Amino acid sequence: MIATAAPGWFLEHAYLIPLIPAIAFALIIAFGKRIPDTRIGRYTIPGGGSLIGVASMLGSLFFAAGAALQWIQYTDGENYVAAVRKSWVWWQSGGIEIGLGQQIDGLSVMVLLLVAFISTLVQIYSLEYLKGDRRYTHFFASLTLFSAGMLVMVLAENMVQLILGWEIMGLCSFMLIGHWWEDKANSRASLKAFFTVRTGDIGLLVGTAIVGLSAQKWITANGLQDQYSGFSIEGISRWALAGDSQYKSVLTWGAVALFIACIGKSGQFPLHTWLPDAMAGPTPVSSLLHSSTMVVAGVFLVARLYPVFFEGLRILDTNVNLIAVIGGITIIVAALLAFVQTDIKKVLAYSTVSQLGYMMMGLGVGAWTPAVFHIWTHAFFKCCLFLCAGSIAHSGSHHSFDMKKDMGGLWRKMPVTFATWTISSMALAGVPFFAGWYSKDEIIDIAGGNQYWVFFAIGLAGAFLTTAYMTRATYLTFFGKARGAAAGIHEEDHSEAHAPAPAAHGAADAHDSHDSHAGPHESPWLIKGPLVILATLAIVAGLINAPAFKIFKFEEWVEPKAMPVSLTGETIHEGSARNISVGAFGLRASSEGEGESKPVAAEGDGHSPTKGEIGAEEHSEGEEHSAGYPGSAIEEGHLTGECGTPGFVPEAGTTCYAPGVIHHEFKWVKALPAFLLVVLGFIISSAVCVTLYGKKRRPLAGLTERNVIARGLYKFLWNRYYLDALYEGVIVRGIAHPLARAMYWLNQNVFDGIVNGAGRTGRKVGEITYKYVDQGLVDGVVNGSGAAARGTGTALRPTQSGKVSQYGALLFAAAALAALILVLVNS
Amino acid sequence: MLAASGLVAQNIAFGIVALIMIVGALRVVTTKNVVHAALWLVLVLAGAAAQYLILSAEFVAITQVLVYIGAVTVLFLFGTMLTRAQLGRATDLNNKNWALGIPVALLLLGTLVYVLIDSFHAEKLVDDPKDVPNVTTQQISDSIFRPYLVPFWALSFVLLAALIGAIVLARKD
Amino acid sequence: MLLNQFLLLGAILFAIGVYGVVARRNAVLVLMSIELILNSVNINLLAFALRNGGDPTGHTFALYVIAVAAAEVGVGLALVLLVYRNRRSIALDELSEMKG
Repeated sequence: MIATAAPGWFLEHAYLIPLIPAIAFALIIAFGKRIPDTRIGRYTIPGGGSLIGVASMLGSLFFAAGAALQWIQYTDGENYVAAVRKSWVWWQSGGIEIGLGQQIDGLSVMVLLLVAFISTLVQIYSLEYLKGDRRYTHFFASLTLFSAGMLVMVLAENMVQLILGWEIMGLCSFMLIGHWWEDKANSRASLKAFFTVRTGDIGLLVGTAIVGLSAQKWITANGLQDQYSGFSIEGISRWALAGDSQYKSVLTWGAVALFIACIGKSGQFPLHTWLPDAMAGPTPVSSLLHSSTMVVAGVFLVARLYPVFFEGLRILDTNVNLIAVIGGITIIVAALLAFVQTDIKKVLAYSTVSQLGYMMMGLGVGAWTPAVFHIWTHAFFKCCLFLCAGSIAHSGSHHSFDMKKDMGGLWRKMPVTFATWTISSMALAGVPFFAGWYSKDEIIDIAGGNQYWVFFAIGLAGAFLTTAYMTRATYLTFFGKARGAAAGIHEEDHSEAHAPAPAAHGAADAHDSHDSHAGPHESPWLIKGPLVILATLAIVAGLINAPAFKIFKFEEWVEPKAMPVSLTGETIHEGSARNISVGAFGLRASSEGEGESKPVAAEGDGHSPTKGEIGAEEHSEGEEHSAGYPGSAIEEGHLTGECGTPGFVPEAGTTCYAPGVIHHEFKWVKALPAFLLVVLGFIISSAVCVTLYGKKRRPLAGLTERNVIARGLYKFLWNRYYLDALYEGVIVRGIAHPLARAMYWLNQNVFDGIVNGAGRTGRKVGEITYKYVDQGLVDGVVNGSGAAARGTGTALRPTQSGKVSQYGALLFAAAALAALILVLVNS
Repeated sequence: MLAASGLVAQNIAFGIVALIMIVGALRVVTTKNVVHAALWLVLVLAGAAAQYLILSAEFVAITQVLVYIGAVTVLFLFGTMLTRAQLGRATDLNNKNWALGIPVALLLLGTLVYVLIDSFHAEKLVDDPKDVPNVTTQQISDSIFRPYLVPFWALSFVLLAALIGAIVLARKD
Repeated sequence: MLLNQFLLLGAILFAIGVYGVVARRNAVLVLMSIELILNSVNINLLAFALRNGGDPTGHTFALYVIAVAAAEVGVGLALVLLVYRNRRSIALDELSEMKG
């Protein structure tokens, strides 16, 4: 049964959410610079249009919160609920309609609320952080437009609108990362971010074209064109889940192309190199980019078009698929890189990359709901961590982000920052009962439950590494001896400071006056406020989906119910989705599943063998069934619908909107290994930190200088696996230079040789003729031929003269000759 | 040949215009005065517009006049002016080995002529002189915005890029 | 009307344009020669359009070619201006940095 309640005003008018900041952007650009700061009593009301931005984000937040509340009323957690779709056609061509509209379902409501909330806090924070900046107005304008872009993308009804939002974000991130563009490094970083993401965006355009046009074809063939356009999210989802074998390979290629875009945007391996460089921007930008917007866009796209990836990349059908592999590699690669960073923001940047890897891996192993839930929880604590880093730089370390040089021992000086940082770090590390634990643990659990043992192990290893590098960062920042700026020492040469760089310091002179070089101190309330709110959320935000306490609210609200729906939108199978008996679909254990589960289970950590055995048992029972879902997955968990199961084709007249998600029952035993690894990571890392950076004895200090292996490893990580060197040194320079050199060599040795040889032969022939054949009669001719030969030599030699007209002549002549030869051969 | 294929008036018009065009084109590439070259080019372009009319492509002909003769030529004259080329006769308008162009052009022309005569030696454009098909502007617009929409988009981007590129290149920073 | 009379006219204009591109030294004149080449293409397109019973495709692409040509002249002249500003000359044979 379809939910009967009306969606409500806020849901119907969700398009207002991005509209408000978009209008605010125009207002800030138009009038921002003319608004002066005003003083009321001892408070200064910031001008420059920044308050327009804050107000617009508050407005968005209000509408988003309204929409979220109404969505919660609208869903009943049991039945399929149609998304609130609206679309205004603005372009119609060749039977394809492209609209501008909204598609409001659980996922978009969740991300809308998140983005509006985080953006509001970041803007409030920026009021203080960016005070006195020379491009204050532009900063707020870009920030507002950036949020608007993300919001447009989130509620996009079709792919074209999604691309619009996606590209607005790309542009704004370019402007924001390069906010202090006077410094060469910053403008370089923003260009790098822009171009890396653009590289991936080619995939987005290609993938959209592939997917959209095929979906249009399918929709027209099935007579649905009145309801959906081929580019609409729902149209594409239905097409992907229809199981039409005609489109199998198209679906795969479309999914791969779209995934390339996600790799670029979400900083997945191998395109992750732009993310740490993007730290060149002001800290509020980093926090917004890395928590809820920009980088989440790629994950969001996968979650949004999950049917395409689910079917196209055969999630759950094969043991390994592209998304999970990329996500898994990213988790480990980025987490290892976080160990060698000295810049606190870069540690956080790599941690973001690693966490995004978790989300991708979760989506890849079929854990849609936990992955999306991880977007939610991750946003709060990562935003908080970045804002903490900003707070430290603002008030503690004199605009330096270098943990080794300018921090240490700050916990006494900045208690609020320290407390919020610690809470968020624990949430990030996945300490039980903090927000990150609920989501991360379920991703790992489902990876194991669906018998992706490799990814299960990677998830656990990632948890260990996360704890370890966060412990290191916390130790370096807050404990130990105060160093550099944290000890109140200000170097005269400010350009030593890492991030906001000289340009910021020009503007930061205003800071210096109010800081008055008082040494590290706590930040003002405009900065502390957002920190406290976010830290609180880093604890409680996870509670809305806590399998440990049998709370499944998030699942209820956000997860799409996977059941076949008739064309008019009514569900065909009555009753609750949760009640659908799993056994009815048969236990399908793949033989690969067994082959893989055993060896990995053997190396697993005391926990996995039980699961491996279950998988093996199931295998013997379910052998007659076709390969498909791993046996133990269904035995232990429940599947929320039959859509998307291999081989399932909806009846005529019905379609699916979303594939089913397998959920596994929570058991404390299963959560134990991850927890133990977290504790282990904490202990090892703090031990290493104390010995490395501690006050008194430092037995391990200088290990990287003494030990060859340690030095090699450190160097490898320090150079970021040489990926940047690969991209710039090898690919760019490597391809261009040797090619040029090879051509030069060819030119010097071969062409010149031929030319000279021809000349020489000609002369020789002439000489021979002159000497032996006829001196008197043919003399003139001989001389002429010698001259002609020499002439050819000199005429041909300048073919590589660098003169454009000669190249043109050669080009046309060669083309004409080639055409002539072709014609003669063919006729 | 002319009479046999019907449409005598068009054939005569074609002959005259083609002659003018060829002479004009030759002058464009041989004249020693840059401004004269631009004016000869106008003649060729106008001739091309006339040919389009003969080919019953009125819309393209009008566009040709508007864009080429109206805009492009003016651009050329501006370019000539801004680069301070000599307005009178100049002696160094050709390359030193300009003669290289003659064999290349002749080779190309020979190939083309051979191929064209070989494949379409006496094919008629329209079988019956009475029903010369008429392409309406509506048909063209349908064609642009239906099957060739994507090239149109691409073209729009090319124009935008050219616009920005030209500004970036030519501005004095 | 024969198809070939238009195609041959196009071929002649094309060859003249090629000669211009090769022989001319002044960059503006080279650009003009390129315009000749583009126009010869257009004549071919329209001739084939008529031969195919008034196919609007040919017209469409002729229009696209005109638009591209306009863009090309714009960028080309901007380049010429830039070259002129840097070197005080637009003689193409002096631009031999690409020398092998």
